[in-house]
This record gives sequence, C-alpha cells and structure tokens, in this order.
Amino acid sequence: MTASLAIDDPVLESFAAEIEGADPITIVGRRTAWDRGGALEGTPREVSAPSGIVAYAPEEMTVTVRAGTPVAELDEALTAANQRCALPDRGGTVGGAISVGENDPLVLGKGRLRASVLQVRYVSADGRLITGGGPTVKNVTGFDLPRLMTGALGTLGFLAEVILRTNPIPAAATWFRSDDADPFATFDALLHPSAVFWDGTTTWVLLEGHLVDVAAEAAVLASTGAFTETDGPPPLPPHRWSLTPGELRTLGLDHYVASIGVGTVFATEPQRDRMIDPAAREVSSRLKTLFDPTGRLNPGRERSH
Amino acid sequence: MADRAVEAAAQRMRGGSGDPVIADLNKALAPDRVHTDGAERSLLSHDSSVIDGGGAGPVCYPISTEEVVAIMKIAARHDRAVVPRGAGTGLAGGAIPMGGPIVIALTKMNEILSVDIDDRVAWVGPGVINLDLSKHLRPLGYHFAPDPSSQQVCTIGGNMANNAGGPHCLAYGVTNAHIRAMEVVLPSGRTAILGGLDAEPAGLDLRGVFVGSEGTIGIATKIAVAITKNPPAVRTLLLSFSDMHHAAQTVSDVVAAGIVPAAMEVMDQRITQAVENFVGAGYPTDAAAVLLAEVDGLPGGIAVDAERIAEIGRANHATNVKVAQSEQERMLLWKGRKTAFGAIAQIAPDYYLHDTVVPRAKLAEVLDQIYEIAERHDLIVMNVFHAGDGNLHPLLLFDARRPGVLDRVHAAGAEIITASLDAGGVLSGEHGIGIEKQKFMDRLYTDDDLDHQNRLRQAFDPTCRTNPGKVLPTGHSCADIQQLKRIPAGVWG
Repeated sequence: MTASLAIDDPVLESFAAEIEGADPITIVGRRTAWDRGGALEGTPREVSAPSGIVAYAPEEMTVTVRAGTPVAELDEALTAANQRCALPDRGGTVGGAISVGENDPLVLGKGRLRASVLQVRYVSADGRLITGGGPTVKNVTGFDLPRLMTGALGTLGFLAEVILRTNPIPAAATWFRSDDADPFATFDALLHPSAVFWDGTTTWVLLEGHLVDVAAEAAVLASTGAFTETDGPPPLPPHRWSLTPGELRTLGLDHYVASIGVGTVFATEPQRDRMIDPAAREVSSRLKTLFDPTGRLNPGRERSH
Repeated sequence: MADRAVEAAAQRMRGGSGDPVIADLNKALAPDRVHTDGAERSLLSHDSSVIDGGGAGPVCYPISTEEVVAIMKIAARHDRAVVPRGAGTGLAGGAIPMGGPIVIALTKMNEILSVDIDDRVAWVGPGVINLDLSKHLRPLGYHFAPDPSSQQVCTIGGNMANNAGGPHCLAYGVTNAHIRAMEVVLPSGRTAILGGLDAEPAGLDLRGVFVGSEGTIGIATKIAVAITKNPPAVRTLLLSFSDMHHAAQTVSDVVAAGIVPAAMEVMDQRITQAVENFVGAGYPTDAAAVLLAEVDGLPGGIAVDAERIAEIGRANHATNVKVAQSEQERMLLWKGRKTAFGAIAQIAPDYYLHDTVVPRAKLAEVLDQIYEIAERHDLIVMNVFHAGDGNLHPLLLFDARRPGVLDRVHAAGAEIITASLDAGGVLSGEHGIGIEKQKFMDRLYTDDDLDHQNRLRQAFDPTCRTNPGKVLPTGHSCADIQQLKRIPAGVWG
C-alpha cells in the first residue's frame, strides 16, 4: 500500500542519490553558522540541499520549502501574503537555520523555531529519504522526528525539505527605548511584548499587534519608565549565551544585550562549554550510532556547543 | 523448559501473590502502595476507550523519583515490562497494559513543587491534575495553556505523554510548546534531566522528543511547564449557520484574514441539540452548524478581531451572530462545548470518538464523506471539533449490546481515517496512536520512516521494556518482550 507521505519527487530523490555512499560527507548552506558544533574532521565531501518553495498555503498557515532555500527568499514569499515564520534570517538557508536551531532574536513575537517545524524530509546516513511529522498544523502521529532533527546540526540526517508553520504579520509594530526603566518590571507589565532587550542601562521594547493594542501597551510602558519611540534594536553582539530569564538579573558581563523573559544574551565572548546531563548524553550518543552507524554525517560536529 | 515459561507467563497474567516480582516491589515501596487485587488490576487494564483485552500485572503507586528508579531496576532484573499511567483518560489505548506488565500509576506524585514568575515556569509532579494547576496559578495571573476536554481529571504527566491539545491550542500551541524540561527515569533506571529552563538548552532536543512519546521511552517524574499570562480580556462569539459548509468556510476565511483566534470550535446540528437538551447552553437547535469562536488579549484588539469574525461569518451566510455579554454567558457557551461528550449519553449508550486532522480547506469536504460513511454503515455520527486547526472528532454512536454493531463501527472508523489521509491529513491530532491506530501507521509513513521512528525509540529503550507494543505497528517495533501477542478486542482489525 502506498503511504500518504511517500515521496515522489525526483529532485529529492537525486539529492538522496548524491548522498548515498560510504564516504564522510557534509552539508553546506551559506556557511553563516559554520562554527556551530565545532570543526569538521578531515575533508568530507560537500553537498548542498535543493532549494525553492514547493507549496505555500497562507490560509493553512503552512509552507513547504526545500532546505537549500535562503531564509530571505522564504521571507519574501511569506511577506507577500502578509505572513512570517520563526526562522531567523542571518543570510543563511532554511535547512541551516533549522539544523542550528537557534531562535530569531524576536522569538517572543515570532515564536520558537522548534515549534514551527511541522514536517521534515531528510536523507539518512544510508541514503534513504525519510519523512517525519506531517503537513497539518496539529499532529501527534508517532515519534517526533522533526524535534529530533531540529538543532541536530546535520549529525543525524541531511534536511532536504520541511513544512513550516507560518503566522500573520501583526498590523502594527513599534520600537521604544528608555534609559531609566527596570527591564524586568517592564517585561512583567506587558501582556506579550515581541522583544525586551537590555544592555545594563538602556531598555528596548518591541510592541506588535493591532494599532489600538500597541497604543494601549505604549501607555503601560510609560508607567514603567521614560520611553520614546526608536528605529529598532541595538546591534546585537555576535555570541549567544543561553541562560534562564531569572539569571539575567545577576549578569556579570561587560558588554551584552540580554533578551528579557527569554534568557538569551548576545555577548562579545562565547559562552563556556555548557553542561549536558550525562544520562541524556548517553541517549544522544546512542541516537547518533543508530542514525549514523559509521559516523559519516558531519564528522566531528557535536551538538553540545 | 517451555512449560515453565508458559507457567511463568500465566503467573504474571494473574499478577497474584505467586508473581515473583511482587516481593521485590513490596521491599522497594511500602506494601500498601503495591496493589495486586484482581478488581483493581481489572480496572487499570482499561483507559477511556472501548479497547478491551488489556491485563495489568502488579500496580505500583510510587511517591518519589527514587521509587520509580527502584521499580525500573526491579523490572529490568525480572525482565518485565512497565506501563506508566496517569488518570487513564486516554482514548487510544496508550496506557492499556498488555500481557501483565508492572503498572506504574503516577497519580500520587501530584505535588505542585514550585512556581517561578521570572522564569515563567512551574515544576510539578506528573500526577498533578491539569485544571488544579491552572486553579493554583490563577491568583498569580497565570495558567497552563493546554486545556483538553478531560482537564478536570487528566494529569500533566498524561498530557505530556500524549502531547495533549484542547480548544485553546489553536493560538497557544499543543503541550510540547509548554514543556520546558523534565526529570525522567530512563528504562535503564538512570535519571536524566531533559531540556532546561535556559533559552536554548544544549544538546539534542530530547525534551521535544520525549513529549508525545506515549510512555514508551521513559517515565517523567518532575515536569517544568511554561506558565502563560492570563489574558486581560476575552470575547466569545457563537455563529449559527444553515449549512456546515458555510461554517467551515468561515473558519478558513478567518485564518486567511490574518486572525488567529484563541479557539474556533464547530458543532453540528445533532450534537448541538444533544448539548442544548443536556445543559441549556443557549445554542440554537435549528442551525445546521454552530461555530464557537473566542479571541483573547487586550480589549481594543479583541474588539477589532471579534467584529471582523462576525463580518466574515455574515459574509458566509451566518443566520445569527451572538456575542457573549457576560462572563456567565461565556462560561455557559463553553460548558456546552466541554460537556458535549456527556450529552450524547442521552442518545446512545456507547460512542467511539475519532481524532484525525485535515487541512482546514478540506474540512467541509471530509465532513460530507464522514456523514456518508456513517449512513452507509447505519450508524449515527455527530461532529464536534477543533475547526481552527482542522482537528476532526467524529463521534460514532451505538449500542454495544446490538450484535455486530462494533464491526460496523470499526469499518466506518477505518473509512473515516482513509478519507482524512486522502485529504492530506494525519492519523491523530491529540489522542495519539497507542494501540488504536498502530495498524494505520503504514498508511501515513513508509517502512523507512517507521524504521527511523523505531531507532529513536530504541535509543532510549534498547530492551523495549517501557510500554512495549504501542505506537509503532507490528513488524516495525523493537523486540517485543511481552507474552501476549493477540490483538485485543476493540482495536481496528
């Protein structure tokens, strides 16, 4: 019997055929996050995922896109239908953004990247095309391969195509800044700001929604500090720290921009190696062995950095 | 040798005092928390579905992580399966024990351990009841967003295992979006923390994989759930239509207009009438379909959205648009929706509740097919569903005392699943696969897809000891250590 998610797409099949083999292999997008997970071992053969938007149904809030598509190209298509997705655009590809798994800095407004990946199609270490998840916005059918592949840095399979959830672009968006506000009190006072950034002195807030809601929340802002409208957020330092929102109260850094309520800190120094629970690490290592027995996919990369 | 194995299996099925595992369990837990009583084991051989044929071994009620670890180690030593269980409100058989495994009932681990407003998180035991958590959080201005219809009795652990939904997950997301971290006991007996409270925890997203795994890859003993601010304003609309197609089109048009309501629920005429007789919620009994739409947020924005939804409804020939004028009226409208399954008891003694998802645009078309399928099998069908995310819940009503009726119910159910898949849908939106839909997994996924799902499972549970024989179809699941091989009654044949 033909399975309903069975793949009948010559483009994906030829991508799978290209990957098939026994040699070490790596997948290349735009190399915008090439250092994530550490350096590659040796000089593995390079492949790139196919690109292009396959299907876009704004009324379903879903888009099917090949992994090699630049995020900017996807954004352009979504914007034309007044929608957006959770992927950050840092000049890279859709597959790259999902494999790295980092949220957009405006995650409070755009949603978490992991939650937006509804279906993945990837090529396994032995060259098979695998589908996980499903095309609908809600789905609990079987084990969650999309969650496993998101943020796995291409160590368990190479993404070929994904289905993402999209969301409407809010009608209004305004940035505010203040030099005297307590960013924590500001965050608590607002219902759902799309971003609250803080560099230790200045607080930046993005309000999005209906014009009337932005105006109402702007009035709330005024009660927490002297806010004025501004063009946008400050430049974000290049390194990303992952802390709990509560830990932002006692940051001992020199130069940073912290995302209040989220816990991401953009800093000039990289975060030191982070702890992974030893038992969880053991499961992860078994996953690697089961998904890539010979270790040919992105050799040397590890999802612990 | 073979005889001894058969006798051992029989012992286990009996789960009685001769079961060699019981002495060890009694030593690890207080004996009053290891139950071997036949009546209780019989009760815990079921969930809330019509699926029959389960068989519980000894039932344990641990009160700490250490006790769950001890049970897992005892199970390993005796080469026995374990099945975790919450309130047993599942509808797909995920918690039904097969072949006399140790049942680990987590209902006594029901403490709300901490609430942290800075981190917007609450640590809870897996046995905490969904609604109890939201009640606890209400004075602080927060709630736990997933709100399955069984929220008065179902547990957070069960919600997590099934990745539960509910009417309000259209805007807020299903359970996976609301679980930040958990402490789990792995099948090996080791304890692990999956996920974290920091922004982007390091490592593979094992937390995300664990949610929705239906108790097959470990047992969660503490869960960190995200807490959501209560919206300051809510507006609830009831739109009536003379044709189901108009209701379905309204749902599609609302989303196409860029509005994501907190909830959009549709009920057909039969269920509307049943509910109205049952609770008098103020639903129009002459409408072919009603759409219950709710928007929440700031007062200004929800007024704009509510007006727009009303306009879209009118453009789609809504015969009436009613906006709840008070909190009391709003609660009554929701009471109607949430008691729908109780209301049908007036019409037939038994029902089979389905759960598939289709693209929103296909809702009306698939509903037409569902009515046709039910009629052909001489069954009554009622539809009440999460229209906003295309999650259908056809209810097939029947009287199980009538000979042959279950066969027709199953035949109709299989056709409903086929119609949903043919429309580009999936097998389950929120109930899970359990044992109910195992046989249909290869209708959605290829052998290669299922092979990778099985690899994922094996990485956590190499010996296939935790809730074996669930989710993946026979031939695709890891080695089955159970004795019982027959298909239980009430499962699709």
